[in-house]
Amino acid sequence: MKLTKYLAASASAVAMMASAAAAEISDGVVKIGLMTDMSATYSEVAGNGTVVAAQMAIDEFGGTVAGAPIELVTADHQNKADIAANKAREWGDTQQVDAFAELVTTSVALAVFEVAKQQNKIALVSGAASSPLTNDACIPTGLHWTYNTRALAVGTGAAVVKEGGDSWYFLTADYAFGDALQKDVTAVVEANGGSVLGASRHPFPSSDFSSFVLQAQASGAKVIGLANAGADTTNAIKAANEFGVIAGGQKVAALLAFLTDIKSLGLDVAQGLQLTVSFYWDMNDETRAWSQAFYEKTGKMPTGVQAGTYSAVRHYLKAIEATGSDDSETIVAKMREMPVEDMFANGGVLRSDGRMVHDMYLAEVKTPAESTGEWDLLKIVRTIPGEEAYGPLSESTCPTK
Amino acid sequence: MNTKIGYLIAIALLLVAPFAIYPVFLMKLLCFALFASAFNLILGYGGLLSFGHAAFFGGAAYVTGHALKVWGLPTELGILVGTAIAGVLGLAIGLLAIRRQGIYFAMITLAMAQMVYFFFISADFTGGENGLQGVPRGTALGFIDLQDNLNMYYFVLAIFALGYFIISRAVNSPFGQILSAIRDNEDRATSLGYDVDRYKLLAFVLSATLAGLAGSTKTVVFQLASLTDAHWHMSGEVVLMTLLGGLGTIVGPAVGAGIIVTLQNYLASGPLGAWVPVVLGIIFVICVLAFRRGVVGELREMLRKSF
Repeated sequence: MKLTKYLAASASAVAMMASAAAAEISDGVVKIGLMTDMSATYSEVAGNGTVVAAQMAIDEFGGTVAGAPIELVTADHQNKADIAANKAREWGDTQQVDAFAELVTTSVALAVFEVAKQQNKIALVSGAASSPLTNDACIPTGLHWTYNTRALAVGTGAAVVKEGGDSWYFLTADYAFGDALQKDVTAVVEANGGSVLGASRHPFPSSDFSSFVLQAQASGAKVIGLANAGADTTNAIKAANEFGVIAGGQKVAALLAFLTDIKSLGLDVAQGLQLTVSFYWDMNDETRAWSQAFYEKTGKMPTGVQAGTYSAVRHYLKAIEATGSDDSETIVAKMREMPVEDMFANGGVLRSDGRMVHDMYLAEVKTPAESTGEWDLLKIVRTIPGEEAYGPLSESTCPTK
Repeated sequence: MNTKIGYLIAIALLLVAPFAIYPVFLMKLLCFALFASAFNLILGYGGLLSFGHAAFFGGAAYVTGHALKVWGLPTELGILVGTAIAGVLGLAIGLLAIRRQGIYFAMITLAMAQMVYFFFISADFTGGENGLQGVPRGTALGFIDLQDNLNMYYFVLAIFALGYFIISRAVNSPFGQILSAIRDNEDRATSLGYDVDRYKLLAFVLSATLAGLAGSTKTVVFQLASLTDAHWHMSGEVVLMTLLGGLGTIVGPAVGAGIIVTLQNYLASGPLGAWVPVVLGIIFVICVLAFRRGVVGELREMLRKSF
């Protein structure tokens, strides 16, 4: 009896010594719950690539931070907000997950924000695009990393006008999202001295864009803005190519397009298209090195969402390392204090509304003649300073900023 | 006698379940079980394949969300408002749809549900693609805090039990018998003097209302209503649940819902993550090819043969 007590006491003493290093980390492990779309619309843009990217950030720390092991759990939310809410709650309540990561699709991100707020956990949003995440719907521990619709649309709008595209015609998806996008860009185009000649509203979703493209062509506008997303955007680009819009001297600006869209369209079809990206693999030695490592694991070059997931997880872990704590408030404060410096963002600033402000890039799709390889798809035309892309903090309507 | 014992065991299990299994997951299960049972009322007993039940589920979900979040109604009242709207919607769609049978009936309900879906996409109060988020759970009866998962569970369990009771009463009443008679031979039921359309309409409205009750409750549990609830995938899913569990059996749809929701939830974080739709598809194909009566229907048949 005595012996067992003695043994138990010494065992717990040893255990305490071992855990002393991780004293501040509750339950002795840093757990990141990554939720993404593995099987549907966004599985190419985000999907398994974000898991690989997050794991690369964890590997950079050797799998431990502040003496505690880092664990990554993942789930496919199937683009359903209720599955995401259920999973996030379960992770928080029963599995001691400390932070939620990725969260593509805005409805999912908003649902997880609600859970994160109640459980006081950190949400590192990369894939979701809607601006409300750092405006009306913001929460103190919700961080929006990679991009948002404002940066993509407004960034493209301002940059294209500055490049000389001062008259616009829109192809707009006929529902709330398309309207909002068109309204945002119109404001920017006009503020920069451009003019909007008109717009065609197409049903959502649409597969035949011929009549809309013909109207846009006949308008004589220098730039045709695509205020839609996903399959609508790629279908519109295909139609524009068939009718020789770019060959006829007009430019097409996609307000919400991804590297994977360009890749699937092919350079023949997409050449000359202008779009705003948060990241491109072929920008400098650092991005090339990281992307090469990513390519070796997945067989694809990373998208902005995937690179952003890496950056967000890395910055989160850096803050834990610096503070030795996994308390949400302490970490978020530290994350704000440190500039975001990695291959994704250069001098990125995490604002009090949750927005990570970093430079965006206006890119143009290369012609097949310019391209030297399978993934040599874009050339960067202009760097859009973070402040210009995301707007000043004073514009944010986040109540807790 | 046997069924009574079965129900007692089921109730006892449901009462202790949240101590073993994560309660939010169980609540989701109960909501979908109620939804599938409501759907079974017209497919299993009325023989009408509705492909638009997501409209009632989603419609009630949005209305309840709006009532609780913007109007600030008490939780029970919010659920009642949502359920009532689903009933009205059911009446409107039902009046049009029951004039046709078979595939035409399915197509009309699908078309109407798509109209409802597009209304929700473009209406302001639904938040479009972002969904209606941050709906407060509130309190039950004014003093039970529903923010606590355990309290919420028993609240949902009570709603489920009520809905299930209504369905089983309807099925086992003369009304249910006539409904089955209409399903088996509509002309004969007419020749016996029954106003077939009225029975069908009543069944349709009842089913829509209870589907709405499930949708409203789901909104309170997850604190959100999204386009997923009103999308035609949801209508398809409920057909899948009902067929898998056992068409025209009273417990079947609940079991089917349990299987589908569990798979969706647990496969999501496993190595099969990217394959959830494929796995569900394969299960459905196996079910249709090998045991057409569904899990419960097949079990019942085995019991009947061996005793």
